[in-house]
Amino acid sequence: MSYAPSPAALARIEKTMALYPEKLAAILPVLRVVQAEAGFISRDAEAWVAARLAVEPVRVREVLSFYTLFRRAPGGRATLQICRNISCALAGAEDILRFISEKLGIEPGETTPDGAITLVTAECLGHCDHAPCLQVDGVDHGPVTRETVAAIIEELKAHG
Amino acid sequence: MVESEVRLLPDDDRSWRLEAYLRRNGYQAARRALTTMSPEAVVAEVCKAQLRGRGGAGFPAGTKWSFVPKDAAGPKYLCVNADEGEPGTFKDRLVLLRAPHALLEGMLIAAYGAGLRTAYVYVRAEYAGLAARLDEAIAEARAAGFLGGRVFGTGFGLEVVVHLGAGAYICGEETALLESLEGRRGQPRLKPPFPATVGLFGAPTVINNVETLAAVPQILARGADWFLGRGLPGDGGTRLFGVSGAVRRPGVYELPVGTPLRTLIEVHAGGAPDGRRVKAVIPGGLSAPVLLPDEIDFPLDVASLARAGSMLGSAGVVVIPDGTSMLDVLRLTARFYAHESCGKCTPCRIGTSWILKTVDRLRRDGGGPADLDHILRLADGIRGRTLCPFGEGAALPIRALILKFRGELEQAAAR
Repeated sequence: MSYAPSPAALARIEKTMALYPEKLAAILPVLRVVQAEAGFISRDAEAWVAARLAVEPVRVREVLSFYTLFRRAPGGRATLQICRNISCALAGAEDILRFISEKLGIEPGETTPDGAITLVTAECLGHCDHAPCLQVDGVDHGPVTRETVAAIIEELKAHG
Repeated sequence: MVESEVRLLPDDDRSWRLEAYLRRNGYQAARRALTTMSPEAVVAEVCKAQLRGRGGAGFPAGTKWSFVPKDAAGPKYLCVNADEGEPGTFKDRLVLLRAPHALLEGMLIAAYGAGLRTAYVYVRAEYAGLAARLDEAIAEARAAGFLGGRVFGTGFGLEVVVHLGAGAYICGEETALLESLEGRRGQPRLKPPFPATVGLFGAPTVINNVETLAAVPQILARGADWFLGRGLPGDGGTRLFGVSGAVRRPGVYELPVGTPLRTLIEVHAGGAPDGRRVKAVIPGGLSAPVLLPDEIDFPLDVASLARAGSMLGSAGVVVIPDGTSMLDVLRLTARFYAHESCGKCTPCRIGTSWILKTVDRLRRDGGGPADLDHILRLADGIRGRTLCPFGEGAALPIRALILKFRGELEQAAAR
């Protein structure tokens, strides 16, 4: 199955490519647009991006495998990023992580069987004065407790 | 406004728009610089103000600008490092949230001084929401004629592009940031050549931290002497100190450079909560070697923290309370550097992962005190053998944790 972005995504890709003097420089924003639409970067999408940026496919693969934001397989409809670095750890992040992991029945890096939520750990989200903190699809929450986390999960399951 | 009350950050999250910034005399400094001063005079003023980089390395900003060759043909770039990722650091977040126009005005002044016409702001992926706000601020500034072509009716113009990262701590290192911005893995470059001569797309490039640039308008508005007078000789101005961990009032505090670390923790952040005591303090983000409670009577400036055997770094202070397992802190520190090492330099790639494995052996059966010596040897094996400061940043805090908490770590390992 070959990959093609929607006309809207293609327009965004062309707009972002115009911001750089070299095509390859647009790779992070282009991959971001692809992932936002498709949910992950498939092998076909990789090939498409490589062709669009006029580089060898390995250039795309080496970037994909370096940066943690990109996914090469489908994930959940929502992504829960749990910060576990120093300030959050001091505020009980490991307990929060275990609680979420048990509640969802998955380990970090996994997706719930219903495809609702992907759970990942994060190093410092830069919200240390609101520790322990987490991000849901880019939106910051903190300080969180078992109760507030449970409410966030219920909300995601109900509306995801 | 009382001089001592001049603030980079407004008190709330709602005063970030252009209209509010203009009420705080926003863009007056840039107007003065662009319409009445030569680029050389702007750079000289910032040099005189002793504005040290707020990102971690502490290099004087004006000096950095002066390294850009004036007669070089072709484009020159300004890169703004908004890849705030040093654990325990959250000050640039507040600049982007509350004072994006102070950053843009500082960028305009820096670009004018160093002769740069295009700027890329590299924002960490986790700050995508803040990047969207910055985009809005850029649109406001463009509409008002503060960005784009012919700013203030002069021949000078600046285009600003916001570029989102994709999750990699190392991209906060300036040459890794350039590699990432060019579309490759964020792996640092060999220096020299330095970015000021060969930087982004091979062109002369200035890379400054968000807070550093946001402080620049104050210097042009009130003069280098005023700015220098707020801080210390050789390290001017106020800084944004982040405090997190075991304090009553975690947050960002805008205080003069040279404020005592103890005052920041005990007075401004309220000290340890009831019933808790301070066990250790990390003064400048996770890479800064840990201090004991009787080692915090130092002024917060680049030179003093270096003399204390640590570093001011990104000025993210983390207060560790009693009851914390330092073996857990060691594990977390080792995990972070093993995970974030970019893999380019062998001593760092292998060293950080071996350190993590050894810490894990300590935590399980079979580990013992000799493992602590092994970790120290591994840390020393990284130091001085890497292209970028990440290696030191990994080795030094691990070394300090072992040297200062050896007894506790040995006991924990024996259990």
